[in-house]
Amino acid sequence: MRWIGQPVPRLDAPAKVTGRAIYAGDVTLPGMLHGRLLRSPVAHARIAGIDTSRAAALPGVKAVITGRDTPGIRYGNWRLMPQTQDELALQIDKVRFIGDEVAAVAAIDADTAAEALELIRVDYEPLPAVFDVESALAEGAPLIHDEGSLTSNVSLDRKIDYGDLEAAFARAAYVREDRFELPSVSHAYLEPCACVAEADLEGRLTLTTSTQTPYMVQCLLASALGMRENDVRVVKPTVGGGFGGKMELRSWEVCAAILARRTGRPVKFVLSREEELAFGRRRHAMTIRSRLAMDRGGTILGKDLEVWLDGGAYNSMGPTATFLCGNFGAMLYRHPAYRYRGYHVYTNKAPAGAMRGFGAPQALFVTESQMSMAAEELGLDPIELRLKNAMVAGDEIPGVAKISTSGLAECLRKVAEATSFERKRATTAAGRGIGIACSSFITGGVFNWFDTPHEFSAAEVRAHDDGTVHLLTMASDIGQGSDTVLRQILAEELGVSIDRIRLTAADTALCPKADLGTWGSRVTLMAGNAILAAARQVKDELAGVVSARFDLNVIHEIVFADDRVFARARPERGVSFGEAVAMAMRARRGGAVIGRGAYTPRGKGLVTPTFSFAAQVVELEVDRETGVVRVEKITTAHDSGTVINPLGVEGQLHGSIHMALGYALCEELVSREGRTLNPTLLDYKIAAAEDMPAGESHTVEIHDPEGPFGAKEAGEGLVSPTAPAVADAIHHATGFRSCSLPITPEKILFALEKKGEE
Amino acid sequence: MGRKHVLAMRVNGEDVEVAVQPEETLLEVLREGLGLTGTKHGCELGECGACAVLVDGRPVLSCLMLGVECDGAEVQTIEGLAREGTLHPLQEAFADLGAAQCGYCTPGMLLTAKALLDRNPNASRAEIAEALSGNLCRCTGYLQIFEAVEAAAAKLAGGEPR
Repeated sequence: MRWIGQPVPRLDAPAKVTGRAIYAGDVTLPGMLHGRLLRSPVAHARIAGIDTSRAAALPGVKAVITGRDTPGIRYGNWRLMPQTQDELALQIDKVRFIGDEVAAVAAIDADTAAEALELIRVDYEPLPAVFDVESALAEGAPLIHDEGSLTSNVSLDRKIDYGDLEAAFARAAYVREDRFELPSVSHAYLEPCACVAEADLEGRLTLTTSTQTPYMVQCLLASALGMRENDVRVVKPTVGGGFGGKMELRSWEVCAAILARRTGRPVKFVLSREEELAFGRRRHAMTIRSRLAMDRGGTILGKDLEVWLDGGAYNSMGPTATFLCGNFGAMLYRHPAYRYRGYHVYTNKAPAGAMRGFGAPQALFVTESQMSMAAEELGLDPIELRLKNAMVAGDEIPGVAKISTSGLAECLRKVAEATSFERKRATTAAGRGIGIACSSFITGGVFNWFDTPHEFSAAEVRAHDDGTVHLLTMASDIGQGSDTVLRQILAEELGVSIDRIRLTAADTALCPKADLGTWGSRVTLMAGNAILAAARQVKDELAGVVSARFDLNVIHEIVFADDRVFARARPERGVSFGEAVAMAMRARRGGAVIGRGAYTPRGKGLVTPTFSFAAQVVELEVDRETGVVRVEKITTAHDSGTVINPLGVEGQLHGSIHMALGYALCEELVSREGRTLNPTLLDYKIAAAEDMPAGESHTVEIHDPEGPFGAKEAGEGLVSPTAPAVADAIHHATGFRSCSLPITPEKILFALEKKGEE
Repeated sequence: MGRKHVLAMRVNGEDVEVAVQPEETLLEVLREGLGLTGTKHGCELGECGACAVLVDGRPVLSCLMLGVECDGAEVQTIEGLAREGTLHPLQEAFADLGAAQCGYCTPGMLLTAKALLDRNPNASRAEIAEALSGNLCRCTGYLQIFEAVEAAAAKLAGGEPR
């Protein structure tokens, strides 16, 4: 193939390496004002009153708004279940976490806006607050959301049951039960959120915003303001990373819109790093209890999983995390019987949301830790045990999903061989360890919780008589490189050079609706399939006119390659792509050649059309004096289906390892009584260049029938195996098995000390 | 707010004069005063490196430096790295080898890498990692960045006039 599988450099790279890529925070418009948010300093309180008069009187301040100046319509991503839509841009009656938004200011510059915030007086009547799941569930706990019909702080639960669990545990030769504690961590994307809103005199709004879901922002902003959806235009500029943290309507977007309408001037908000870390979305902290049943040979008979998600003060993407965590709990291996109970619990903390892996890093840390623990206790090789239970193509998760293709077994064999795992695992050198873990992830979600009436992805392909092609799509590149991958897919299908394809993406006023955005590793498969459908319409038309022109028998296969359209058996009977388009236009008496395609996963179960798989081996050294872990090498084998762009997939792998090493060893948002104690990148430590281990990767390419050209996801699954593999290697090195993350030097030293005493 | 000072600097080879508040950082002067938005704000506390620029050839975090400290200085930002439409070998390598994903850390990363190669053209992988350790990246895991810096170093050593 000409374009698929090629390491095509990202097409926006020249703009990014020259500083010409424009992010939301770079946008300046004539007359633009600067907005700032006033946030609650208390974790839970009634708002008795707000006095904005002094702020409004400050020279340079153009508008001040509170919750009373908003329509007060609650919003949230789960439109399918309106009772979960629990957010307001500015709180009216009460605040629920430190950082909850209560007022917003627009002023001539950011300093004046900040000064104005200090002049706003809010009277809070403090309420008792709860800061962890246990207290939130305790008898007599304060109800964080008392505005609806909830009678406890469990905002929703999710149950999955299949197989005979009782019987599985009754006949099991081996049962283990463990409890795991997973921390809250930050996306820590480098670009803090920003947006600019403009209101025109026809009553329409344009919002340029750092988002990974422009269509969802359009819909929700319209509903939050009581506007018509198409009177709101959302434009995604270049986005500096998201990882799940930019996939909702956010307070500052609503406030910018309202302030722009009030003042008649564009209004810009730029968040600070502290706001991002202290109040921004984060990955759910979870408490997980897992009971596993196996027979004597290590075959899994059943699993009983209970998960409590610390949701923070609002639902955010918690419902999806609760749902997916249950699905991921039964992934990787065949579970004939499975019981899942997931509880999403409100606490008076900043809300958790979606983050890369979306329930999988937590669920798979549990699965993989227990597999290694079971292997050790049963005296089995950890790789053999995994191979014995590994999901293969055709396996079904009853009523949920079917495994379309699976390279899991091959991935396991590859990493075992590449690292001489068996030999190294048998060696016990003080402080040196080798560990293994696997992962699996969805390639796009099937469940329509956003309740969109549109197709999940759509594309328009306009073919021009100069041989160029214009692709329009709502798919949103936030740094992962989808704009390039989607053009590779179109170039391959149409047989045109990639530099002849122009792209307009992620502008709700210009691009065909819809696309649910960048999350759940959905873009390559869903937008890719939509583009293929659109391209095939164009091809059908061009094949027809070329056949007519050369009087080709209908049995001729018409080929699109090298910017030409021709008969395969008679290559000389053909014309350039542009000439073929011109012929089609003449046949249409001037009409344009446009293909429109869409994709919605139908009949693909409840979760995803297809899953990715991977296996990873971590080799490390533990300093027994300091407890410091030095990861030396990470070897990964992954089944991402057909790799469309190896440069991009490699980047996703290394980036995932970076994020997952932090999850394993050092990242945690620490809070006390609802206040985040480490809201800076000095105290919230992400891995620096010096901290990265060597990496080696192997691709297990299996053509998946669901994906475009056989592709599956590569952006999220790879974030899961590292933490359990690190934990496994630390156990191999020291005998200490951590059931919580991050595995800090303190935890290791404490465990080693305890062992020494025993 | 104090009185504005008129600051004279040489920015990307051009003499500029700009009126600044005494408390304005170099980052603000560049982005707001001069419209050079290629320099990014990531934390404004010197934690992330996204705002790195070269002042008199040395990498500095422009969020930690006051504009008034740069009177008479030679400042290079990402906008000045390409010459006459030709990308610097570092820019070319970053673009070709996947070293930029979301791109937000890229300008600071490139200028820090340039300062390194200017003073140590044969930097080892460990020296590259050390030099870039003040520039955080959340997308790439740094490996493709290391490869790009090495590729650029090799190209520069091959006698590219720069």
